[in-house]
Amino acid sequence: MKKTIFGAAVAAVMAAAPALADLTIVDTSYRTGPYAANGIPFSDGYQDYFTLLNERDGGIGGEMINLVECETGYNTEKGVECYESTKGEGALVYQPLSTGITYQLIPKATADGIPLHTMGYGRTSAKNGKVFEWVFNYPANYWDGASHAITHILDQNDGDISGKTIALVYHNSAYGKEPIRTLEGLAEKHGFDLTLLPVDHPGQEQKSQWLQIRREKPDNVIMWGWGVMNQVAIQEAVNIRYPMENFIGVWWSGSENDVKAAGDRADGYKALTFHNIGSDYPIYDDIQTHVVETGNAAGAGDQIGTVLYNRGMYAAMLAAEAIKTAQEIHGTAAITSAQMRDGMENLEITEEKMAALGLPNFGPEFKVTCENHGGNGFGAVSQWDAEAGEFKLITEYFQSDQEILQPLIAADSQAFAEENDIEMRCN
Amino acid sequence: MFYREAGDFKTSYVEDGQTFPIKFDRYRYYAVLIAAFAVVPFIINDYWVNAVFLPFLIYSIAAIGLNILVGYCGQVSLGTGGFMAVGAYACYKLMTAFPDVNILFHVILSGGVTAAVCVLFGLPSLRIKGFYLAVATLAAQFFLVWLFNRVGWFYNYSASGQINAPERTVFGVPVTGAETAPWAAYLFCLVFTVACAILARNLTRGMAGRKWMAIRDMDIAAEIIGVNPLRAKLTAFMISGFFVGIAGALFFAVYLGAVEVGEVFGINKSFLVLFMVIIGGLGSIFGSFAGAAFLVLLPVLLKNVLVGTLGWPTDLAAHLEFVIVGGLIIVFLIAEPHGLAQLWRVAKEKLRLWPFPH
Repeated sequence: MKKTIFGAAVAAVMAAAPALADLTIVDTSYRTGPYAANGIPFSDGYQDYFTLLNERDGGIGGEMINLVECETGYNTEKGVECYESTKGEGALVYQPLSTGITYQLIPKATADGIPLHTMGYGRTSAKNGKVFEWVFNYPANYWDGASHAITHILDQNDGDISGKTIALVYHNSAYGKEPIRTLEGLAEKHGFDLTLLPVDHPGQEQKSQWLQIRREKPDNVIMWGWGVMNQVAIQEAVNIRYPMENFIGVWWSGSENDVKAAGDRADGYKALTFHNIGSDYPIYDDIQTHVVETGNAAGAGDQIGTVLYNRGMYAAMLAAEAIKTAQEIHGTAAITSAQMRDGMENLEITEEKMAALGLPNFGPEFKVTCENHGGNGFGAVSQWDAEAGEFKLITEYFQSDQEILQPLIAADSQAFAEENDIEMRCN
Repeated sequence: MFYREAGDFKTSYVEDGQTFPIKFDRYRYYAVLIAAFAVVPFIINDYWVNAVFLPFLIYSIAAIGLNILVGYCGQVSLGTGGFMAVGAYACYKLMTAFPDVNILFHVILSGGVTAAVCVLFGLPSLRIKGFYLAVATLAAQFFLVWLFNRVGWFYNYSASGQINAPERTVFGVPVTGAETAPWAAYLFCLVFTVACAILARNLTRGMAGRKWMAIRDMDIAAEIIGVNPLRAKLTAFMISGFFVGIAGALFFAVYLGAVEVGEVFGINKSFLVLFMVIIGGLGSIFGSFAGAAFLVLLPVLLKNVLVGTLGWPTDLAAHLEFVIVGGLIIVFLIAEPHGLAQLWRVAKEKLRLWPFPH
C-alpha cells in the first residue's frame, strides 16, 4: 500500500510537467499495436500540418500551436488516461481517431466543454447538432459511407441490384456495427440481401469468414475494417480469388499499407474517400521546405503523400480553419475550447479557401450549422492501381441517400437525448 | 525494532486471532485507511482518479477474486475477462431496468449474477484439473464475449452494440455518468475495495479458506480428511465470481462509463488479472493489491517519466514500456517466485530483528 501511494505521487508530479501554451492541440495517436499501420500516417499528417503553420506562418493568427502527442494504442483505457492527462492543458479539440474512445469521450467532453471532432468516424447521429452540442463529425460519417458504397454498386449495375447479395465484413466493435442499420434500410429499399460477417479484434483470424464468402459467392463485399484487419482481409480475398473490383472498403480500409502486402493481385480493390488523394498539391512544396527540410517531420517522415497522411492533414486543416473562424468571431487570438466550439459550428469550407491554402479541389465544399454538425455527406470511390502503386479516384463526389439517413439520424439522436435528458438546441 | 512482538501481550483469543496481531502492523493499516478515506478525497483530481486510483482499486477487487480461485483453491482460471463482462452487463441491465434502485445494490447484485455464472462454468473443475481446467475457463471467456456481442437484449439493442452507464446517485451525489465528481467515484470504489478485502481476508482465514487450501495442496488428501471437494471448489468459484463481478460492474459503470465487450473484456484482461495475481503473490490479499499496483501504476509512471519528463517520442516510450514491464516481471519471478507479497513478508521478518539480526 505504501508503495502504491508513493508511485501514484510520483506519477502525478510527472504528469504536471508541460507548461500552458497558447493554442493547445492534442494528437491522441497510436503508433504501436495492431492498428499502428493506419495510426502512424494519420498522426504524421495531423502533426506536420500544425508544424507547417508554426514554421511558415508563426502559428494561427499570431498564436503558436502547442502540439501534445499522447499514445492510446487504440485502447479505450489508455484513451481515457490521455484525455484526463491533457485536458488540463487547455486542449482546444480532440480527434481521438477511434470510435470506441469517441463513445467514452462524448459524455466527458460534453461535461468539460471541450469539442470533439470525429471526422468520418465516431457516433454517426452526432451529426444532429441539436442534441450533440460538443461533437462534430463533418464532412462525412459512417452512414454516408454505407450509402456511398451501395450507390456505387447501383451505378455498376445500371440502377438495379434487387436479388443480389452483398456481404459486410466488419470489425466486431462499435465501429464496425455502425453501418449495419443503414445497410439494412438500404437493403429494404433496393431489395438486396445483406450477409453480416463479423471479425473479432484485432482481425488477424478471418479464414472462416472468407471461406463463407468463397462458398456463398456474394455479388459484392463491403468492408468496415481498420488496422491489421484490412491487410488480412485483402490478402484473404486475393487467396480465394474474389474479383477485386467487387470488393469495396470504407475510407478507413483504403490506404497503401492495407493493399501493398497483398501484392499485384490486390489490383482493382476499391475504397471510399471523402477527400482527394495524392501529393500533387502546392501545399506539399511548403511541407517539403518548412517541415521536412527543417527536420521537423513527425514520425519517420516516410508517409508523406499517402492516403491517410492526407486525411490527417485534412483533419488538421479543418481544425486550423475552425480556429481561424473562432478567432474572427471572438476577436481574440488566444481562444478557449468554448470559443473553438463556436468556430467549428460556424465553419465554412469553400473552394477558394482550399485553393488559398494550397489544397485546390481537395475535398467537397460544406458548411457547418447549429443543426447540422456533419456536413453534406459527399464522398467518392477510389481504386487501387497496383502497377502505379497508388489509389486513383474513379468517380466524382456524390451525395449519400439523405432520404434513408435523415430519419435514422433523427431517431438515434432522439433516443440519446431522451436517455440523457438533453434539451434540443437551435430553436 | 519495527514489527516487534516483545511486550505486545494478548490476553484473549479474540485479540490473538485478529487480522494484524502486531501492533505496529495494525497502526500502519489504520494509517493507510485514514489516509485513503480522509486525506485522498480532498486532494484528488480527475487525472488522479481516472488514470491512477480507479483502475488500481477496481483491478485490486478483480485480483482478490481471482486470487481466491487460483491462489487459495488452486483452480486455474483464464475466464476473468468474461466474468467481469458478466458483472458489467448485469449492472447495465439492472441500471436500465430498475432506475429507481440505488446503484449500490445493482453493483452487489451484479456480483451475485456473476457468482451464479461462475459456478456454472466451475462445474467442469470437478472432473478436470490444471491446464485442462484452464482451457475450459478459456472457453467461458470466448463464449461470454461472443454472447454479449451476439444477443441484442444484453445491450438493449443499441446501434453500436455499446453499453453506456446512465447517471446514478448515492445519497444525491452522482457516482456514474459524466457529471461525477472525482472524490465521489473514488470513495464509491474505495468502499467496495475495502469491504471486499476485509471479507476476503476473513473468509480465507476461516473454515472456507482452510478447505480451499486443503484442496489446493492435495485434493485426495483433503477429501480423505473430510473436505467435500464439490462444495469447496464450487464455493471458491462462487466467491471469486462475486468479487470479479463487482469489479466488472465498477469497471463499466464508474471507471469507463461506456464499454465494448470485445475490446474491454477480451482475453487480454484475463491475462492481465492473472499476471497481477502471480506477480503480487498467490494466496495473499496484500499480494492482490501489490500486483494490481504494479501492473496499473508502472505503465502510467513510465509513460509520464519517458514522455512527460524526458520528452521521448510516444511510440518509443510505448515500446520501451513493454520491455521494461516485461523485464521487471521476469526479474521479479526469478528473484522471488512467490511474488511481491513474499518480498513484503521477508522485509517484515528482517525489520522485526533490525538492527540486531543476531
